[in-house]
Amino acid sequence: MPVRYEGIKAEHEAVRTRAGLFDVSHMGEILVEGPNAVPEVDRLVTNDVSNLPVGRALYTVCCNDAGGILDDLIVYRLEKEKGLVGCNASNRDKIVTHFASHLSLGTPWNDVSDSWALLALQGPSAVRVLEALGAPEELLKLPSFHVTRASLAGVDLWVARTGYTGEDGFELFCASEDAVTLWRALLEKGEPCGLQPVGLGARDTLRLEARLMLYGNDITEETNPFEAGLGWVVKLDAGDFVGKDALEAIKAAGVERKLVGFEMVGRGIARHGYLIVVDGQRVGEVTSGSPGPTVGRNIGLGYVPKSSSKIGTRLGIEIRGKVVDAVVVTTPFYKR
Amino acid sequence: MVMVTYPRDLHYTREHEWARLEGDLIRVGITAYAVQQLGDVTLVDMPAPGEDVQAHERFGDIESVKTVSELFAPVSGEVVEVNAALESSPELVNEGPYEEGWLIKIRPSDRTELEGLMDAARYEEYLGTLDG
Repeated sequence: MPVRYEGIKAEHEAVRTRAGLFDVSHMGEILVEGPNAVPEVDRLVTNDVSNLPVGRALYTVCCNDAGGILDDLIVYRLEKEKGLVGCNASNRDKIVTHFASHLSLGTPWNDVSDSWALLALQGPSAVRVLEALGAPEELLKLPSFHVTRASLAGVDLWVARTGYTGEDGFELFCASEDAVTLWRALLEKGEPCGLQPVGLGARDTLRLEARLMLYGNDITEETNPFEAGLGWVVKLDAGDFVGKDALEAIKAAGVERKLVGFEMVGRGIARHGYLIVVDGQRVGEVTSGSPGPTVGRNIGLGYVPKSSSKIGTRLGIEIRGKVVDAVVVTTPFYKR
Repeated sequence: MVMVTYPRDLHYTREHEWARLEGDLIRVGITAYAVQQLGDVTLVDMPAPGEDVQAHERFGDIESVKTVSELFAPVSGEVVEVNAALESSPELVNEGPYEEGWLIKIRPSDRTELEGLMDAARYEEYLGTLDG
């Protein structure tokens, strides 16, 4: 996946107003099968997937024993006895090892990342693009976080109504050898709808405006879901899972810091790793930052002490030796 | 890589700035190659008029959506003017790096420093040695 095709701003704009196509085949996919597949996956993630109906998907995180985040994932229940776990490319080996060490022998798993491709079709015109490819009505009406089998341009797929942009859209899983056929068909049929290819740069600005987490930046093994604002994917009263004891203790004690969204007041762009200053003290670090092409402001995320996390709190961002004013704002920065 | 020809009347640095002698002053900007590498320019941080800059030393920063790069002065001297239009329209650097997208004008303390820079032919040759 290149950083950009036409240009980050133009690609970002295309996804917000028309449609964009991302080749995110680098993402990891693990298939887990057998009668206990879904209950066993449930013991590895913080959200409650034990009762996930067939054809549904759920966002979750996967924690270590200390409650630190190993990865954020989407779990799809493809069939009664078949689950798909989508993980970040950078965490694939770690997650595969983690799953392999926890799943029982009666629950076969398969890392299909290399044999599966993933294309993300995102934007308000995504539906029209699928329509142009002759998709059946029920596919066009697939609800958010649902997944189904389909065939498009002669290619067999799993189609999910999910994405990483803050827009409506679909994620299309197919066999690697079919990916080029599917990519070309989508771009050809989607061109009248304004569909264009989108790279990693715009993927990052789109997800940041929507406050979607980037693993390695906003969440890591050193962060827990509560301070990251992901408490909503931690279901402490829905069965046992790895990290539960630690997360219970963290929740009971209360978090000391929080991941907040901020926008720059002064002239400057915050970047990953820049220091956050409050009352002359360095109190935290920027985890993500860039111009927000749709919101028209320079935005970012960073961890600050709980006492500095309220909306409207003034922050300073240390940019190349100068402290530039910023303010804590509500997130997501952009909502469709 | 698409071959781009570079204006013949400019002098070039290894860090991809250009310098043009205009009377007593030297106008400075970044090259089409730099613009291509950066992508959409979103912010340019420059010195204030009256500040001194040193040849081959950082005088500011240029940011695109994705990255930050340092700007290096092609010659030493005093900054006499900065392109104020870039404050509200940084995209001018993308649209016309040799025209509306210029950065600063310097009153050089030693005009012969220009001779130490590359001409267009040598700059193109130099670009050929760079990867991607």
